[in-house]
Amino acid sequence: MRSSKTRQAWRRPPVSFVRPHEPLIVRSKNHQKLCRTCFINIFETEIHNTITANSLFFPGERVAIGASGGKDSTVLASVLKTINERYHYGLNLILLSIDEGIKGYRDDSLEAVKRNAVQYDMPLEIVGYDKLYGWTMDQVVEQIGKKGNCTYCGVFRRQALDRGAARLGIKHVITGHNADDTAETVMMNLLRGDLPRLARATSIVTASAASDIKRSKPLKYAYEKEIVYYALHKGLDYFTTECIYSPEAFRGSARTLIKNLEKVRPSAILDVVRSGEDMARLVPEEVSGAFKSGKDILVVEGEAEGAGGCGSANGRTSGGEMADMEKQLLENEKVQENETEITLKGQKHDRNCKNLNHMPRKLPKQQMGKCARCGYLSSQDICKACLLLEGLNKNRPKTQIQVSVERKTVVQR
Amino acid sequence: MSTEPSKADVPIVVEFTGGLELLFSNQRKHRLSLPSIGEKGQPANTAFLVRYLCENVMEDKRKEMFVIDGTVRPGILVLINDADWELEGGDQYELKKNDNIIFVSTLHGG
Repeated sequence: MRSSKTRQAWRRPPVSFVRPHEPLIVRSKNHQKLCRTCFINIFETEIHNTITANSLFFPGERVAIGASGGKDSTVLASVLKTINERYHYGLNLILLSIDEGIKGYRDDSLEAVKRNAVQYDMPLEIVGYDKLYGWTMDQVVEQIGKKGNCTYCGVFRRQALDRGAARLGIKHVITGHNADDTAETVMMNLLRGDLPRLARATSIVTASAASDIKRSKPLKYAYEKEIVYYALHKGLDYFTTECIYSPEAFRGSARTLIKNLEKVRPSAILDVVRSGEDMARLVPEEVSGAFKSGKDILVVEGEAEGAGGCGSANGRTSGGEMADMEKQLLENEKVQENETEITLKGQKHDRNCKNLNHMPRKLPKQQMGKCARCGYLSSQDICKACLLLEGLNKNRPKTQIQVSVERKTVVQR
Repeated sequence: MSTEPSKADVPIVVEFTGGLELLFSNQRKHRLSLPSIGEKGQPANTAFLVRYLCENVMEDKRKEMFVIDGTVRPGILVLINDADWELEGGDQYELKKNDNIIFVSTLHGG
């Protein structure tokens, strides 16, 4: 029953062979002790509740599952398949995977997705950076080195998912972002004072005025720990290695903070998510760029969001940025200790907000339009991907033909 | 069952997954014979097992990937015979013959 292949999860024996009602799982959020069957049931039911409470789907909808072969997307696919059938959502589910062209990482994880497609009996669409942009991430890193490559990947990935969906005529992409990811993002945006992102970080559905593809996160309230337990106890097959180009995800202060909080008080993760939601509601509309459409609060997403995120970043910044931020905070602290009037690097902190001489900084509102080159939605004349590609292509060895982004065409199906 | 700690070693199976196997010579499953008495004379428990693994089984030098502040790094789940170790007493659980311990890392992308 145990698989000897290193990359496949072992298959758990069926429940009836094991002591069936023995408590095996302690839930983080409430310390409830559950047996395997009950845990699986409750986990699936809670996701069903999230979906119905937020009216995420409509019957007959075609939905693409952003699948990387990792734990979150595998569990997402498995749970969706199960509850789609159990509760008769009537959804048409498709796996959508992005091939960034990273040897020794993506080719392996794609094998996991291919296995998933067979295991869950779902069609699979793979979108490659090489076809879309003419560059694989291996080539990008060869060109620009290992600094800033995650930015390229994040921007390319965001578009790739949308283009892949558009190619299939699908207007709804779901991703496996979980409660831990959301809590981290909230924490980071709080620490950076990034109000617009803070407003967007906790939305379960994000969409934009110009693009008709929306994204949701059905696992938003699911603890990462429980996602792993679900995969383990159901014997799901997933891929676990980190991207070879990412800065070590094991570092990253926000993640460490969240993990340490969870250890001390497990309910902290969901509490941070809920606080983030409350804070988002407090952000004034002109700052967040949000507009209300009927019942849903649809939020306009920026370009370099990176919320589609690579395996390790996943809505977090790279370790480098966090380290820089920490360095700056430390420097600020040291300077404050000197007790002299010094303007700290960046803005002067004005404690008295009622000071009439202090004008609130007006944040530029995002106007969504279309990129002049490729037609993708963008708040600038030329979208970020095209800009990045321009830079890459300029420095490309002359022997190769220059390429540009595939023009977005309207697909009528 | 005798109440005295047995002098014989305790045979157990330890498994690593979620990327942790990379720290342990890329080997997922390890069959070990753990000394039944820890360094301080107490019966071998999970805390002792963790120290033992760091010193004797871990190939990689990066101990902080597995252990921080003397305990298993937050984000790594420990299962004792398929059950969350919290249900069994955490790092104070005394290991028994043929126990199956699994260390699962959750610290990777999804």
